[in-house]
Amino acid sequence: MNTIEIEVDVLVIGGGTAGPMAAVKAKEKNPNLRVMVLEKANVKRSGAISMGMDGLNNAVIPGHATPEQYVKEITVANDGIVNQKTVMAYAENSFAMIEELDRWGVKFEKDETGDYAVKKVHHIGTYVLPMPEGHNMKKVLYRQLKKRRVEVTNRLVATRLLLDENGAIAGAMAVDSRTADFYVIRTKTVILATGAAGRLGLPASGYLFGTYENPTNAGDGYSLAYHAGAELSGIECFQINPLIKDYNGPSCAYVTGPFGGYTANAKGDRFIECDYWSGQMMFEFYRELEGGNGPVFLKMDHLADETISQIEEILHSNERPSRGRFHEGRGLNYRDGMVEMHISEIGLCSGHSASGVWVNERAETTVPGLYAAGDLACVPHNYMLGAFVYGKFAGESAAEYCATHSLVPVDEGQIEKERARVWGPLSVKDGLPPAQVEYKLRRMVNDYLQPPKITRKMEIGLQRFGEISEDLSRLSAADPHELMRAMEIHFIRDCAEMAAVASLYRKESRWGLYHYRADYPDRDDKDWFVHVQLKKGEDGNMTCFTRPIAPYIVPLDEQEKTAYEKLRIVKEPATI
Amino acid sequence: MSYALNRVTVPVTVDAEKCIADKGCTVCVDVCPLDVLAIDLSKGTAYMKYDECWYCMPCEKDCPTGAVNVDIPYLLR
Repeated sequence: MNTIEIEVDVLVIGGGTAGPMAAVKAKEKNPNLRVMVLEKANVKRSGAISMGMDGLNNAVIPGHATPEQYVKEITVANDGIVNQKTVMAYAENSFAMIEELDRWGVKFEKDETGDYAVKKVHHIGTYVLPMPEGHNMKKVLYRQLKKRRVEVTNRLVATRLLLDENGAIAGAMAVDSRTADFYVIRTKTVILATGAAGRLGLPASGYLFGTYENPTNAGDGYSLAYHAGAELSGIECFQINPLIKDYNGPSCAYVTGPFGGYTANAKGDRFIECDYWSGQMMFEFYRELEGGNGPVFLKMDHLADETISQIEEILHSNERPSRGRFHEGRGLNYRDGMVEMHISEIGLCSGHSASGVWVNERAETTVPGLYAAGDLACVPHNYMLGAFVYGKFAGESAAEYCATHSLVPVDEGQIEKERARVWGPLSVKDGLPPAQVEYKLRRMVNDYLQPPKITRKMEIGLQRFGEISEDLSRLSAADPHELMRAMEIHFIRDCAEMAAVASLYRKESRWGLYHYRADYPDRDDKDWFVHVQLKKGEDGNMTCFTRPIAPYIVPLDEQEKTAYEKLRIVKEPATI
Repeated sequence: MSYALNRVTVPVTVDAEKCIADKGCTVCVDVCPLDVLAIDLSKGTAYMKYDECWYCMPCEKDCPTGAVNVDIPYLLR
């Protein structure tokens, strides 16, 4: 096992969605910069869009929606807890990004006049743009990486960031999951684009990798940012999604909705007005699932045969194509049966909810030289297009930082300590296999953190996560692959602790099911209309504090504020 | 500490007749996001080494000879 040293200007950690965009934009800004993408898998097929995407969920297209309208929608959908400037920066750059992706060869649905065929799925505005041929996303991105001569390293797991004496970025360290070689990368800037913490809760199937998110996304960036002293925000606003039961992937109401499909209860009746994923929607989903009218289904059996063929064509060739195979295995045909739905295990993901590394509208974190974009950057409901837009911001901001900063020396002490930690499991004989520790940790996450959140349970959970932290030094890896899994358990455990600590701190309920605290069941705007921030304190312990909500740049009227609170369909009593 | 060997069925299977790993092909191994596939050098074919599958299908889609099949993991089926 060797130690390999590399020097670059911009290091992008994660080559899925935001990462390649960040690298391309940094190079565009300054072609002389040494830009490297460090990828845990292989950039050709990595990340959440490994098999492409079936649509844009948040396209702000002139003539269909305005940036102001979108900022309002997300402010309301996220119960007011947003830094509107960050959402506005996304919204104002959304259309230009769609046009650029279009030029690069991404196919979006257009109508007979050549206009983008946007559909309404959200509660208020119209932002969903289907991509029936969206399976080539990764190819398009890969071509751009080659064209811009971005350096790519595959199969490297970043384990810690290096800081200088002032707490600014000095580099990063990583381990090769094939050879266990240790990498020290000196760099002026790091862009974190490692995706969600998608391997946090344990899927109900018990299969560790049967997650909603690409399970490679173990929360690496959340942990890297935390240990580098960055602020994280909204961690208590969990990601919980309505998914196909057992398959644990999207069904997907955004695709089927515009065709006439909808979420129904066991009687086949609608119970929510809007299928857009929000905490409030998930709460109604949860009530129906657990109530006498449950379980919950996605209903399409009332649609015409040719409509269903169209839906099948999209759902079974994009994003999660194996869902067709899953239904086939159970003999389910959308034409004569409903898809049984369930609630996912918890995760952290700002792409869908709001939990992430705190960034401003330039994708800057609170650590100098550190940027974040995509599912792990706290810009609520940012989805794939938000990852591209913030990837662009991060690449451009990092390139600007490079113009005025030089490489700083790295601290040998930090490196030696990290190499010992990373290689540790390879020399532990008779230790704990990573899969066993991961199963127990994630089962505890379900037991103690899955909403409804209960104070005493979360406190016990914290105690258990503390005990598992003692087990980490007993992890044993038989080969470099197991070593990668062992290091991921460190990330998962950090995320579990963050999820518990932030949830305990916010003593109210907000975001529907995402932060439903049984012992503080009401929303309390008087004390909790604030961001909850989390970081590593001076004493090395996890601490929380509040940040005021910046004054809104797009004010809401009273009626709009409560739009997402009235999702349940209330039936008129029958008249005799 | 002593370890047990638990048997599990794996979701990804490779048709040995079609697989051209013996000619140097490593496409399925390269594209897997979870890095769970490997080449069995004695047989000259790819196989699933670790039961850590997201049933995402790049291995099947990108295989040049159609040798790879992704099934849904048994626990989910």
